[in-house]
Amino acid sequence: MIVLEKRPQPSRGWALATPVLAVLATMLFGGLLFAVLGKNPVEAIATIFYDPLFGPHASYYRPQLLVKGAPLVLIAIGLSLGFKANIWNIGAEGQYIVGALAGAGVALAFYPLEAWFIFPLMVIAGALGGWAWAMIPALLKVRFGTNEILVSLMLVYVAEQLLASMSLGLLKNPQGMGFPGSRNLQQYESAHNADLIANTGMHWGVVAALISVIFAYILLNRHMLGFHIRLTGDAPRAARFAGVRPARLILFCLGTGGALAGLAGMFEVSGPSGQVSIDFNVGYGFTAIIVAFLGRLHPVGILLAGALLALTYIGGEIAQAQLGLPAAAIQVFQGMLLFFLLALDLLTNYRVRMRKTEVA
Amino acid sequence: MDLSAINPALLIASLMVAATPILLAAIGELVAERSGVLNLGVEGMMITGAVCGFVIAVESGSPWLGFAGAAAGGAALALLFALLTQVALANQVASGLALTLFGLGLSALIGQGYVGIKPPRFARLDIPVLGDLPVVGRLLFGHDPMLYLAIALVAGVWALLRFSRAGLILRAVGENHDAAHALGYKVVRIRILAILFGGACAGLGGAYISLVRVPQWTEGMTAGVGWIALALVVFASWKPWRVLLGAWLFGGITVLQLNLQAAGVAIPVEYLAMSPYVVTILVLVILSADKSRAPAALGRIFHASQ
Repeated sequence: MIVLEKRPQPSRGWALATPVLAVLATMLFGGLLFAVLGKNPVEAIATIFYDPLFGPHASYYRPQLLVKGAPLVLIAIGLSLGFKANIWNIGAEGQYIVGALAGAGVALAFYPLEAWFIFPLMVIAGALGGWAWAMIPALLKVRFGTNEILVSLMLVYVAEQLLASMSLGLLKNPQGMGFPGSRNLQQYESAHNADLIANTGMHWGVVAALISVIFAYILLNRHMLGFHIRLTGDAPRAARFAGVRPARLILFCLGTGGALAGLAGMFEVSGPSGQVSIDFNVGYGFTAIIVAFLGRLHPVGILLAGALLALTYIGGEIAQAQLGLPAAAIQVFQGMLLFFLLALDLLTNYRVRMRKTEVA
Repeated sequence: MDLSAINPALLIASLMVAATPILLAAIGELVAERSGVLNLGVEGMMITGAVCGFVIAVESGSPWLGFAGAAAGGAALALLFALLTQVALANQVASGLALTLFGLGLSALIGQGYVGIKPPRFARLDIPVLGDLPVVGRLLFGHDPMLYLAIALVAGVWALLRFSRAGLILRAVGENHDAAHALGYKVVRIRILAILFGGACAGLGGAYISLVRVPQWTEGMTAGVGWIALALVVFASWKPWRVLLGAWLFGGITVLQLNLQAAGVAIPVEYLAMSPYVVTILVLVILSADKSRAPAALGRIFHASQ
């Protein structure tokens, strides 16, 4: 009979091994899925994971890795702080949209003025926008005990409607021939989040993502607040005795997560995407949840996981174009990854033992 | 703007239709939560049910088979959740999110070839005399069978939880799984059954959207209804009849805002479309002061360690 024995301490070895195993299991079962869809599984997996890095057109795809990875890492770092303390912000998609709207709003308010201070102002506005959107579930939870999962998610749908309203109304390009969408910020030099080194994909969002990784690492490992976050997640009762104020922690975790998601949105709208449009958001806020878990809620892990998920985005697009693999297959693939990770986590927290059946 | 174009009797009739998917999903989730399991994958199970129901109904030409397939599809996805949370002892919040992300992708994949197709019509009940009564006939007797089934399900769950031994055991598991385990009840088995029931109900709710309410298939068509159903369970403080009340309230808001859009009210369409979500938040705020009704073991992992 197979028995599960709870480990006194989560196993460090398994904690590191499970994400790798999960990726391998996903490749295996994803390959099966692709085979069911009538594609050559080996070719499909190679197209997704190998071609963007080392394929014939890799020089074009490698910059995309940074472009897609930066928002994922930025958002996931913010989410991981909350997840560690059992504060579940799953509305990052909404905070991402509002951050982008706030950033673009500032830029368009100054148009066509060219000045050095416009971009920094946009950064602040983007962070504030996301922060404010995340403060809604945070304040409601602190003041009324409202469930932050549901409120933050509902606000995603509200933000999507707001985005539609803005791109059809207030922020619409007056010279856009009536098409929905704002002016293209790529053509507005003071507001353009251009590549720092041309054609590398290295824009300010990537820098911000790297800074956020370092910041989160120091916070969690060297700072009292980070210790409180971890303590609240592991032992809420002990945390209360240690003088942790839950309300402040909720405000901090949700607020930081919102600000980082807002920043991600702002860097996206002023750079790779260029304009506010109805279909501006592509689900980074939700994929970032997978990134956070795959990275074991650890800043460095998140950096690696963000790169991997960015790879599946780009590889998925290539597979779509070359093999006719449906876009949804990649979404299934990413969902599968989270499944396997959660399932394999059993090995981190429990020891699987074979035991002879005893007579009761 | 012409508000007189809104017919109250038709409004209420369509309110009941709009409420049914939320009602089905919420009553299933209520049973799962009463057994102590928080399944945040309702949205994923609903959209999977919507696509399974649609595909099967189109291929077989029978909406009834479609609904059966939807229930099976929802339950199949729920089984994944059950394996994760009850066997692999994974975090329920994370597993539920995974279920939703996976379900959204899977449904888009299955439904690729079915965009823009009309499903077979699901006939309304046609009761000769009663259905012809002026206002009441349309309101009470002029709906499709699923709508009545949903209401019957609420009554059934209520009776089961309140009067039956099975209901008592389910509640015991949800309130204190260690005590239930000590009494010899199979906590994991009971919870898996409750999760499967929740999945089947969510699947039915999804299929009701794709086969009756809309009726067609588009990607992501459930548009947050599963999450509203989750909110509804909190709103109802885990009581079946209040779920019905809440579902009609949300159905009413949805229908009313659609009617206002059609009537050309001076509020932009986007702001009207926000309203069901904003109202959900408001209702959650008003009602979340009282948490005492929540099943005590909700969301906690059960492992018979000792």
